[in-house]
Amino acid sequence: MAAVEPTLTLRGDGRVRRRRIANRVAEVLATVAALAAVAVLGIVVWSVAKRGAGALSWGFLTHDLPIPFSGQSGGIAPLIVGSAILVGLAAAIALPVGVCIAVFLEEFARPAVRAGIQLAVDLLNGLPSIIIGVFVFGLLVYGHPQNGWAGSIGLAIVMLPLVTRATQEVLRLVPRSQREGALALGASRWRTVLGITLPSALGGILTGTVLAVARAAGETAPLLFVTSIYGRTIELNPSHALPNLPVQIFIWSESSDPEDHKRAWASALVLILFVLATSLIARLALARFRRRMG
Amino acid sequence: MSTLPATQELRGGRRVRDWLGDRILFLLTLAAGLAGVGLLGLIAYRVIRGAHLAFSTFGLSFVWGTAWDTNKNVFGALPGLYGTAVTSLMALIIAAPLAIAIALFLSELAPRGIRVVVGSLVEMLAAIPSVVLGLWGILVLAPFVQDHLEPWLHGWFGFIPVFGQEGAAPGIFLAGLVLAIMVVPIVASVCRELFLSVPSELEEGALALGATRWEMVRGVVLSSSRPGIAAAVILGLGRALGEAIAVTQVIGAQWFIKASLFQPGDTLASRIAGQYQGAVSKLQISSLFYLAAILLVIGLVTNLLAQIVVRRFAFQRTGGS
Repeated sequence: MAAVEPTLTLRGDGRVRRRRIANRVAEVLATVAALAAVAVLGIVVWSVAKRGAGALSWGFLTHDLPIPFSGQSGGIAPLIVGSAILVGLAAAIALPVGVCIAVFLEEFARPAVRAGIQLAVDLLNGLPSIIIGVFVFGLLVYGHPQNGWAGSIGLAIVMLPLVTRATQEVLRLVPRSQREGALALGASRWRTVLGITLPSALGGILTGTVLAVARAAGETAPLLFVTSIYGRTIELNPSHALPNLPVQIFIWSESSDPEDHKRAWASALVLILFVLATSLIARLALARFRRRMG
Repeated sequence: MSTLPATQELRGGRRVRDWLGDRILFLLTLAAGLAGVGLLGLIAYRVIRGAHLAFSTFGLSFVWGTAWDTNKNVFGALPGLYGTAVTSLMALIIAAPLAIAIALFLSELAPRGIRVVVGSLVEMLAAIPSVVLGLWGILVLAPFVQDHLEPWLHGWFGFIPVFGQEGAAPGIFLAGLVLAIMVVPIVASVCRELFLSVPSELEEGALALGATRWEMVRGVVLSSSRPGIAAAVILGLGRALGEAIAVTQVIGAQWFIKASLFQPGDTLASRIAGQYQGAVSKLQISSLFYLAAILLVIGLVTNLLAQIVVRRFAFQRTGGS
């Protein structure tokens, strides 16, 4: 009849308490870190909104750029139009090429070839965007006038690995049974890809492209050397340098004129609203697409 | 009876069409794949060719040269290499622990609803264009750093050379902070995926043996993800090394090496971006290409390293089971 050990209670002794405290501390630290990241996002967005909203008006969105040191307020219509053209052309280049690369990697390539091309795509993705800017400058602009084509090709290089990656991911989500069903019914490879696989992946491919567009719209470095010297008015011809939001925000932020800082904030607000809204919507759409595909 | 040859002919026609279609689609996508590889090669070739004039003038001594004198046409890369190394290192020292903690919060701690919201907010942070972050850095963060953070650090740790000499706000320190903000979401999202892929039997086993959540995280989640975490941090490093625009806006653009972090400096990428309208002589432009070539080599090696670690680790984790 050994008595029950009196120290064996359900209340923790010193060691247990220490372990619990360590656990608590770790949990609190992790939570604080997450809150800090959210807070930084909040502070950045709030500062841009607070400073930008004052200068933002219908006139600001629709007028031509101001003449420097003229005292006139001017607007950013040419920047919005130019950015839209640059990003639109970039998407038109990157989307078909990116989808083709993804189809090759997921449907055709043998493992060794696949590994090589996949590596190249990943390295392109990690390439500093200023290198892309220098490359496009050297290839298309050095010795020629600046032009919008070079800018959109630079942005297309930024978008290409993103589109490829996104397409690969959704192609992997398409159930094997669909593909095998089509092949078993006697459909050829290309009919299966074009008729079955790509259509069911289409939603995901498009949202992935929208995410890449959001990313490209904010890229400055690929444009800095190839489309940064432009006029004050709306320019529609990509053979000329196209005014665009990121480069102009950069130029205004480097300026010593406080009026230019105000313009930079208001333009940054326009840019950030576009980028955050599109990437938020695309993300939601992508999450829904994933759920639907199981 | 008379329809039979026609059907056969149709079948034959379809077979030819299918054969042709398969070939064409295969060749088309193959061409796109090869174009991707070719593009990478073309970028390297064009950047290195652009550096040819500077290379034949300065040779390898460009790498440790310290001048950037447009009047005497003498250029060197060392201050930029130093600035790149110091700002990136500082960004990683701040960002890596934070990002890992965030990833742990998102994968192990947060309830489902919060996980989705906080997770997307962290990804939104990555979506902020660098030019906007740089604008915020120079006009909002810089005054704060100059008035509060710098004097405080200098007051307490001034005896350490890196906090030794106070200066204006634009500088290495500010650049490191801004880079840290850009690196956190990248490392956090890679690490989160990593932690979520830890087999739940392992986690539940540790908890069943009586480990606290933190002990489980330390003993199972972190220790089994170590190579993956390293790869995530290297990916973040690659981002920090190559960021040009935001750094140009906040670093002060001075081509010298100072011990104190509170002094201005420059990185390889930010020097290239900062000279976008100032380059006059051919040799200067070629020197910018030379800087870009150095950055390209560093960037490729960094990313290659991360990819190798990722691949080997993914193989371990999926190949084992």
